[in-house]
Amino acid sequence: MPGHGSDGLELSSLQDLYQQVILDHYRRPRNKGPLEGATHTLTLNNPLCGDVIDLMLRVEGDRIAEVHFEGKGCSISQASASMMGSVLEGQTIQQALAVMDTFTRMLHGDMDAAADTDLGDLRALAGVAKFPVRVKCALLAWNCLDEMVGPGATPS
Amino acid sequence: METPDSTSDHTPAADYDIERIRADFPILGRLVHGFPLVYLDSAASSQKPYSVIQAVDAYYSEIHANVHRGAHELSIRATEAYEGAREVVADHIGAAPAEVIFVRGTTEAINLVAWTWGAAHVAEGDEILLTKMEHHSNMVPWQILAGRAGAVVKYVDVRPDGSLVMEDYDRLLSDRTCLVAVTHVSNTLGVVNPVAEIARKAREAGAVCLVDGAQAAPHMQVDVQAIGCDFYAFSGHKMLAPTGIGALWGRRELLEHMPPWQGGGEMISEVRLDGFTAAPLPHKYEAGTPNIAGAVGFAEAIRYLQRTGLERIHAWERDLTAYALDSLGAVEGLEIYGPKEDRVGVISFRYADIHAHDLATILDQKGVAIRAGHHCNQPLMNHLGVDATARASLYLYNTRSEIDALVDALGLAAKLFGVA
Repeated sequence: MPGHGSDGLELSSLQDLYQQVILDHYRRPRNKGPLEGATHTLTLNNPLCGDVIDLMLRVEGDRIAEVHFEGKGCSISQASASMMGSVLEGQTIQQALAVMDTFTRMLHGDMDAAADTDLGDLRALAGVAKFPVRVKCALLAWNCLDEMVGPGATPS
Repeated sequence: METPDSTSDHTPAADYDIERIRADFPILGRLVHGFPLVYLDSAASSQKPYSVIQAVDAYYSEIHANVHRGAHELSIRATEAYEGAREVVADHIGAAPAEVIFVRGTTEAINLVAWTWGAAHVAEGDEILLTKMEHHSNMVPWQILAGRAGAVVKYVDVRPDGSLVMEDYDRLLSDRTCLVAVTHVSNTLGVVNPVAEIARKAREAGAVCLVDGAQAAPHMQVDVQAIGCDFYAFSGHKMLAPTGIGALWGRRELLEHMPPWQGGGEMISEVRLDGFTAAPLPHKYEAGTPNIAGAVGFAEAIRYLQRTGLERIHAWERDLTAYALDSLGAVEGLEIYGPKEDRVGVISFRYADIHAHDLATILDQKGVAIRAGHHCNQPLMNHLGVDATARASLYLYNTRSEIDALVDALGLAAKLFGVA
């Protein structure tokens, strides 16, 4: 980067935002594709930017057995959806909603939440907190989850 | 801003004083995230010169009162300022003041036509002919109208390079076509459409023709008589004026016979308990207290463009666009959409597998402002097979060194994303 001497500052925020683990989930998404025997499915988009997530769950009893998604959009929205499956599979709905709550607090800058190991890979998204307009990207898949099994969801 | 190898050597018009023009825009002097602002989002909204800001300021400081109301000095002066602004706008596009309706912007102008002319003239089975490149604001109002009237919306096809398939237009245009609505310049691909030919053929087919001039009026001299359309809509804020002001031009014979739109004060000449008589043009379509300060700022914006010279602005932008297309084209892995020639400086692109939103976030950290997304152009994006593009759009105050800053910032994106 010729011309400017202050690359360090904006680079460190950006490097926090675009960590290798995020780019890896973006380029090699886990659990992407149709889900046989899905019990819940919901598509949400972000009308402002066109990001789309189609989230599919297979719920057994009160446990989330499988999470799949389809979608297109930025690295943050897609990586967040990909990470969701690796963190939530096998958890109860109650546990999953607790993860969602911690994750949401982390995205709004709560440092304690960012230290919670229950978040697994999702902690890599802590850097989003410095880019408030991108929080909605990171939450798109989680809004699907919330609408399907959250407190306000209609029982399927 | 200048670097020896960038700007001054290749100035297309020797008398185009870019330094002075930049100095007219206070916002261009600010830093963003510690870097000089590189504003490449003028297609979304342009920045404003001092003279426009001062015109609005002076209006509120010295003149303001409601228009067309009182006999007192301020109201008289405010009315003169508002109607004087209408004359400036009308004169600028070769129209009569009575044919120029002040609106909030292009979107409101198109909706006005859809809800008035459309309600009166579009019937079941009629066809409304659009193109696949229309902005949502020149698509959705017609879809709403078609839904209400039982009319059919058809779309002229667009080639991969962004040009209209004119044979498709000829094929779809028929005696069932009641309206043709087309954009003068594409807000995503920068394509300049042959609107005079489109308007002529529409007329021959007995259809009315509306041209969306939102992306054209800021960059070129518009003459509505030469285009030969029936309605022309454009926004002030994309051409140096404040937000919330724009204009609809319509042929007098159409405007006179359309029903009024919003009812209220200003748009009547008489109200009785059993009804009302609408005001004469243009106030028939301007219910309520208008955006007087916006109109004053709009007029000053047009004067600024006229003083600078739209021909010279056009030449500057043409040179800058060619430079941007070359510079961006030389970046490996970067794909530019739209034509090489006959275009304005609205440049959509993709870079490797980096999503447009990620690009915009990274560039912003270097002070470079671009737009990312579908640009209110979802059907076109689907047609092109992309879900989002990055868009850099140029205006009279941009420079070659700013294009260099854009390319530099793309280098940072490549580094972060590990793009070779």
